[in-house]
Amino acid sequence: MSSQENPRENVPAEQDAAHGAVKVADDPFADPGLPAHKPRIQDIDERAAKRSERAVAFLFTLSMLATIAFIASYVIFPVDKIVFIWPIGNVSALNFALGTSLGVALFCIGAGAVHWARTLMSDVEVADDRHAIAAPPEVRAKVMADFAAGAEESAMGRRKLIRTTMFGALALVPLSGVMLLRDLGPLPEKKLRTTLWAKGKQLINMNTNEPLRPEDVVVGSLTFAMPEGLEEDSHDFQKQIAKAALMIVRIQPDDIKDKRELEWSHEGIVAYSKICTHVGCPISLYEQQTHHVLCPCHQSTFDLADGARVIFGPAGHALPQLRIGVNAEGNLEALGDFDEPVGPSFWERG
Amino acid sequence: MSTTSETNRKAPAGERVADWADGRLGIYSLAKANMRKIFPDHWSFMLGEIALYSFIIIILTGVYLTLFFHPSMNEVVYEGTYVPMQGIRMSEAYASTLDISFDVRGGLLIRQIHHWAALIFIAAMLVHMMRVFFTGAFRKPREINWLFGFLLLVLGMFTGFTGYSLPDDLLSGTGVRFMEGAILSMPIVGTYMSFFLFGGEFPGGDFVSRFYSIHVLLLPGIMMGLLVAHLILVFYHKHTQFAGPGRTNNNVVGMPLLPVYMAKAGGFFFLVFGIISIISAVASINPIWALGPYRPDQVSTGAQPDWYMGFSEGLIRAMPGWEINFAGHTLALGVFIPLMIFPMILAVIAVYPFVESWITGDKREHHILDRPRNVPTRTGFGVAWLTWYVILLIAGGNDLVAIFFHMSINSITWFARIAFFVGPVLAFIITKRICLGLQRRDRDKILHGRESGIIKRLPHGEFVEIHEPLSQEELYTLTAHEQYKPAEIGPTVDENGVRRKVKLKDKLRAKLSKGYYGPDTYIPKPSVEEFKEITGGHGHH
Amino acid sequence: MKKLSARRRHPLAAVVVLLLALAATGGLYAAFAPADKAQADDTAQSLAIQEGMKLYTVGCASCHGTGGQGTSDGPSLIGVGSAAVDFQVGTGRMPAQQPGPQVPKKKVIYSQSEIDQLAAYVASLGAGPITPTEKQYSPKGADIAKGGDLFRTNCAQCHNFTGEGGALTDGKYAPNLEDVDPKHVYEAMQTGPQNMPSFPDSTLPEQQKRDIIAYIHTVNSDEAASPGGLKLGGFGPVSEGLFGWVFGLGALIAVAVWVAAHTAKAKKS
Repeated sequence: MSSQENPRENVPAEQDAAHGAVKVADDPFADPGLPAHKPRIQDIDERAAKRSERAVAFLFTLSMLATIAFIASYVIFPVDKIVFIWPIGNVSALNFALGTSLGVALFCIGAGAVHWARTLMSDVEVADDRHAIAAPPEVRAKVMADFAAGAEESAMGRRKLIRTTMFGALALVPLSGVMLLRDLGPLPEKKLRTTLWAKGKQLINMNTNEPLRPEDVVVGSLTFAMPEGLEEDSHDFQKQIAKAALMIVRIQPDDIKDKRELEWSHEGIVAYSKICTHVGCPISLYEQQTHHVLCPCHQSTFDLADGARVIFGPAGHALPQLRIGVNAEGNLEALGDFDEPVGPSFWERG
Repeated sequence: MSTTSETNRKAPAGERVADWADGRLGIYSLAKANMRKIFPDHWSFMLGEIALYSFIIIILTGVYLTLFFHPSMNEVVYEGTYVPMQGIRMSEAYASTLDISFDVRGGLLIRQIHHWAALIFIAAMLVHMMRVFFTGAFRKPREINWLFGFLLLVLGMFTGFTGYSLPDDLLSGTGVRFMEGAILSMPIVGTYMSFFLFGGEFPGGDFVSRFYSIHVLLLPGIMMGLLVAHLILVFYHKHTQFAGPGRTNNNVVGMPLLPVYMAKAGGFFFLVFGIISIISAVASINPIWALGPYRPDQVSTGAQPDWYMGFSEGLIRAMPGWEINFAGHTLALGVFIPLMIFPMILAVIAVYPFVESWITGDKREHHILDRPRNVPTRTGFGVAWLTWYVILLIAGGNDLVAIFFHMSINSITWFARIAFFVGPVLAFIITKRICLGLQRRDRDKILHGRESGIIKRLPHGEFVEIHEPLSQEELYTLTAHEQYKPAEIGPTVDENGVRRKVKLKDKLRAKLSKGYYGPDTYIPKPSVEEFKEITGGHGHH
Repeated sequence: MKKLSARRRHPLAAVVVLLLALAATGGLYAAFAPADKAQADDTAQSLAIQEGMKLYTVGCASCHGTGGQGTSDGPSLIGVGSAAVDFQVGTGRMPAQQPGPQVPKKKVIYSQSEIDQLAAYVASLGAGPITPTEKQYSPKGADIAKGGDLFRTNCAQCHNFTGEGGALTDGKYAPNLEDVDPKHVYEAMQTGPQNMPSFPDSTLPEQQKRDIIAYIHTVNSDEAASPGGLKLGGFGPVSEGLFGWVFGLGALIAVAVWVAAHTAKAKKS
């Protein structure tokens, strides 16, 4: 039993009594000790043992065949061959053949080994004694004495100056490593506050790459736009579209409840940031009858007919609206950048 | 240590190699202690092996994938064999993942094995951890190994997350965007951390290569170290075992490593690998070609992380949209609170062993496992934690739950908000009651024997079922567990009538101990006297 | 739970919005649509309108009003166009059976010629999107990859990556697009049925609609390939996780039970 450094009255002592491996007539709950080993069929019947041997050998042979099948499949099936396999569907012939043959080859080795262990290796249960993990007191005393001697010889305790400066040096040196992380990225500055949108930038339809005209946008429709000048092959397209993506819907002006929204719209055409204010998913599950837009990531719901205010879910504030108008050519244009940062909230957002 | 070979010059080659190695490595001393080491047999002891083997499979397949994967966000126009992507702009990471799936023979299989093994790896770790939890295998001397295992679970989750993000597809990109938003929500440092992580504004051109070195080098390296330490401790402590005849706290009963466990455990590796291969042959996982390359302005419904991150997804989906603005600063509580609860949920289970040992004050070593029913409070706590976890998983998949069960997504979210607080409490109470019921049944079985199913008619017409008395083996197994008494504060007034000051900590501890081991937390085991009194007559009442 | 959420919104509110939206769609369309074809005035057409009116009176008028002007139970059909009728009746959504968050797809109860007659009648009430011809929606020769890109920009947010469908607010949903008739997909984009927004030709030209239809057919139909094996509903990590737990870990635990179990002992004789 473990050394009981701290025996407590609330800990029952019963556990120690469990070692009485002798059947105590007085105690019906006493440990009767390990039961006698009972033989398996394979232990007493050589024919059964032979059967097991054959089964194990069969499994190992099957594994060999499966490996050959794997190699054959690799050579035979073209990489793009699609076949119908019931009930899985139209799948890659190569993937299916390689996977099943590899699976069978591996499984059979395992099954063979386990069957061998279970039926032919000895199944006599053996007891192994445990030894206390904690060291005996004399070992403990020796270690403590050794440590004290070592500490004394180092003179750490006496020469405080060495100790203090050493700890100082060790504490400071990792700072170099931290410093080196500085150039992982630039400072945020005002980068999160601005987008590519600016006064006079036309709204480009993301599908057609043409400027949008007010008459293109009918009530109940949904359109996505990017700022003029941004091209899909621009080097910073991903970075810019992550902030500038725009969602455009048209609502009957009478249905728009928010005064500023109506003012910033063009005859009911409203342009909102497509980037959710929660964590930045492109929100765009627009329900044209309710004017609700839902985020597919965390279900924040915004009411586009009411200033895009949050009506459900974890988003903290309304989607930013882009003020739009029509330019001389009759195309929709921005009348400035968003007046607040788009996308997820951050500490300096204000 | 005799390392000389003069005694038998004609020793077989194998022996000579072993002698050579022993002279340099001392392998014989190592083998002496371990070659015939005893392992007890129980299926639940193999859950950790499933995790271990899937980890090895992940490493093997992962190395293969690195031969073909390009961890780069340089944009290319795809011109490979997959028609629905031809001519689409994408990162090299995504394009090379398409190549692995469609142009490298067997590449798709290895990708699928890698990903399925990852899902199973973390599932196996969680189930293994639950086995250790519910049987009390975390008690002294195994607390440190519990922590190693817990760290492996957490690191496994993050290794999985970084790996899932590497192909730079639309689904994982959405997950990375979420991560960016979560980082941004952190007060003061959030914006800076986000800029440093992504090398500037999201998505930038760096995160795939950065995640790559984290995924293939940093995290697996740490995990490998922890894993080795975990296994060494398992060997050193020797395995726990369930109570049974001849199985005591001072021994371990089972079969020797050589040959039985060598064959069983070695064979089990092949079985695990084989099954995962077959799953990868028949079931598709993360078909990135169907998801498209990541673009920050595109998204799909059903945007979820892999299952092991599901509970964090649930936290954030269930959270109401609170946000505080003050003095030119914004605190997005709708993101930040879930971000803080996320590690707490994990920490609660991680520190449990230390809390329990503090409450019990039990400093002894424990090598005999508890049956969960015999420790109703711990079992109740564990089930409550699992309930919490599952509720969050449901919340994380609320959109798909809504589709499958034709429910409203809003109702499911509300359900999760309420159940987050109520569910664990109910689960705790119900579990405790079930445990007590099972203890009662055990007590009945001990005192009255097992129901035999044989009906006997007594001379006066009454029908009774014959109960067979239990064997001594069974009696011992059912009564081997301990029943603690709650810790007491002790007398507050000493013999001289002076009031002793009771520390708040001790009061709390006594209170918790009462909740843990008080009279309504167990059904007393039958005493020898009770047993004799009842069985002295004949088997049953 | 479903009841709760249904009660939270007044049933009439939706109808009012629906009315306005539909009337507006029709009105605007009437203002901008080229008005050349609408005037085709041959006898076959007027015959179809007459037959359609009869069918309408029996099957639709109770909710949509005798002249299609709408009632409290159903929106006005003036200006919705024949495409909307062909979609709603052709997919079995109309006639609707019971109120709910959304009118589901059902068995179609009219023949195609009856649907055409109904469509002709409703189209005669006010100009609107016209039922497309096969040339307009046929996916033949369309650019699948471009369609995929357009799908991910315009459609995937509700219908999922490969059109498996997804949930919307309060019990509404975007349906699965598997094996939906290309004509109906086209009409849905054109008319924006129920809560789906419309994608008119002015913002999503005909050719692009064909690309999208071709993409849907490639990734989500009987013939669609899932090279890796079972596609598990195409719902991504949730169904994969469930499969991994049940079949992956489940199978492994079953094997573990076998590995650890004691071998059968010889019977005592």
